[in-house]
Amino acid sequence: MAREKYFPKGTPGVDPRVPAAGSRGSRILGGRSALIAVLSSVIVFGVVALLILRSPGWPSIAEAFFDGAVFADAFPKILRAFRLNVFMFLVAEVFILVLALVVAVIRSLPGPAFLPFRLMAAVYTDVFRGVPTILVIFLLGFGAPALGLQGVPDSDLFWGIVALVLVYTAYVSEVYRAGIESIHPSQVSAARSLGLTRGQSMRYVVVPQAVRRVIPPLLNDFIGLQKDTALVASLGSVVEGLRQAQIVQARYFDFTPFVALALIYLVITVPLTRVVDWQVARERRRREAGGNL
Amino acid sequence: MSEAIRIEGLHKSFGDLEVLRGIDLTVDDHEVVGLIGASGSGKSTLLRCIDLLEPVDAGRIWIEGGEVTAAGVDENVVRRRIGIVFQAFNLFPHMTVMRNVTLAQEKALDRDPEEARAKATELLTRFGLLEKADDYPDRLSGGQQQRVAIARALAMDPDVMLLDEVTSALDPVLVAEVLDAIRELAAAGMTMVIATHEMGFARDVANRVAFLDQGTLLEEGAPAQMFSHPREEATRRFLDRIIAAGRM
Repeated sequence: MAREKYFPKGTPGVDPRVPAAGSRGSRILGGRSALIAVLSSVIVFGVVALLILRSPGWPSIAEAFFDGAVFADAFPKILRAFRLNVFMFLVAEVFILVLALVVAVIRSLPGPAFLPFRLMAAVYTDVFRGVPTILVIFLLGFGAPALGLQGVPDSDLFWGIVALVLVYTAYVSEVYRAGIESIHPSQVSAARSLGLTRGQSMRYVVVPQAVRRVIPPLLNDFIGLQKDTALVASLGSVVEGLRQAQIVQARYFDFTPFVALALIYLVITVPLTRVVDWQVARERRRREAGGNL
Repeated sequence: MSEAIRIEGLHKSFGDLEVLRGIDLTVDDHEVVGLIGASGSGKSTLLRCIDLLEPVDAGRIWIEGGEVTAAGVDENVVRRRIGIVFQAFNLFPHMTVMRNVTLAQEKALDRDPEEARAKATELLTRFGLLEKADDYPDRLSGGQQQRVAIARALAMDPDVMLLDEVTSALDPVLVAEVLDAIRELAAAGMTMVIATHEMGFARDVANRVAFLDQGTLLEEGAPAQMFSHPREEATRRFLDRIIAAGRM
């Protein structure tokens, strides 16, 4: 009884349904633990803040990075330019999701007849995962238009997006492939035993399950892509968020625009990260609940 | 009576491991053959070979008089005529029960969706699963899942059903409902080959029992004779072990 009183239902580490403190599920804290958590947070964050604010360089840093007037001028401009990042992200993502699945399926094709295709897909993923994204953007952005081929666009934006698609398709295809390989062969046996062809088994049985299983890592790659759209700024003529921030920064000789851009990124990426965590936790609960297939 | 399955000299190895060492077996139409033998004796491999899920190394197999191991045979067409049910059910977890039963009807047999649905509804009703039609497999008990798997195989109107230890993964209390479903199939005249550890069931439902020992078909005969007067010493030892384990 006394135990019940001091440790109400839901106390971490006491109630068997609630994991002990230290695990990811310990967000609901009992009275005493909550007090300790608040106190320790106040002390730790307070000390850190004090150290920073009282450091000798702080006044000049505050002026160079957190200038209110510059922020007010920069923020709307950067936000407007950031729409280009969102555009690049959305266009690239559509192509990536489709092409990466094609590459992953090609790499999963069995039999000697498909060897050249498997080889091509493997070389492609190796190359584009092995080269820094910024380098691919440079090579395509400066190289491809210089070929002067007819019908090939010479826009930096176009080639920037192509570079992102090529790099991220390589990453995402590996994610898909891991998902495809995680599907137990008995699922394919079951599908083939019903007279479904190899392609039908892949399409109706393996791929849908694989895609569901890799949604969290896919979202992670979304976040990476979202951030890497800023690299296209290096092609010069594409005035997206980062380029716009650089322009404002150069006018004021002040770094506040970069802080403004960082905030915009955080507003987008932090919720996405939470969604990933939530998805992973849900998937884990589902599996632990006994979805044994 | 005509032959549903005819197997001659079937050999199958996995690497250095010779799992089937020359199997000869015939199964008549409407006959139920119980396949018994220790784990690893080759029962599952034999069934998988009949369904062409494993390529055979040597030997020939005929289904309803047509050789399915011949060159140029479309294995997908063969598999549509053979239903197989696995120990681990192998339902498609991302599809509802209904979709599990209609998918191959539509994609492999080109039945139109209404026809497939009607067929599935009929089978699910027959196995007492209609109210589960819109559930996903992980909401079902093992016995229910296995009955869905049987319905899924039957939906293809197979000439032959192969059952691979379909009750081995089930809680004892769930075994009976699956065995009842199989009994009903036998009564309806379905040709079946049943690999099983349930000796009482095999004696009950099979017209003939075949004992597989280390990849060879050691002996076969009527259930009464096989279980009470086995000819081979190995069969006797196997049955003694089964009795000791309380499975008979």
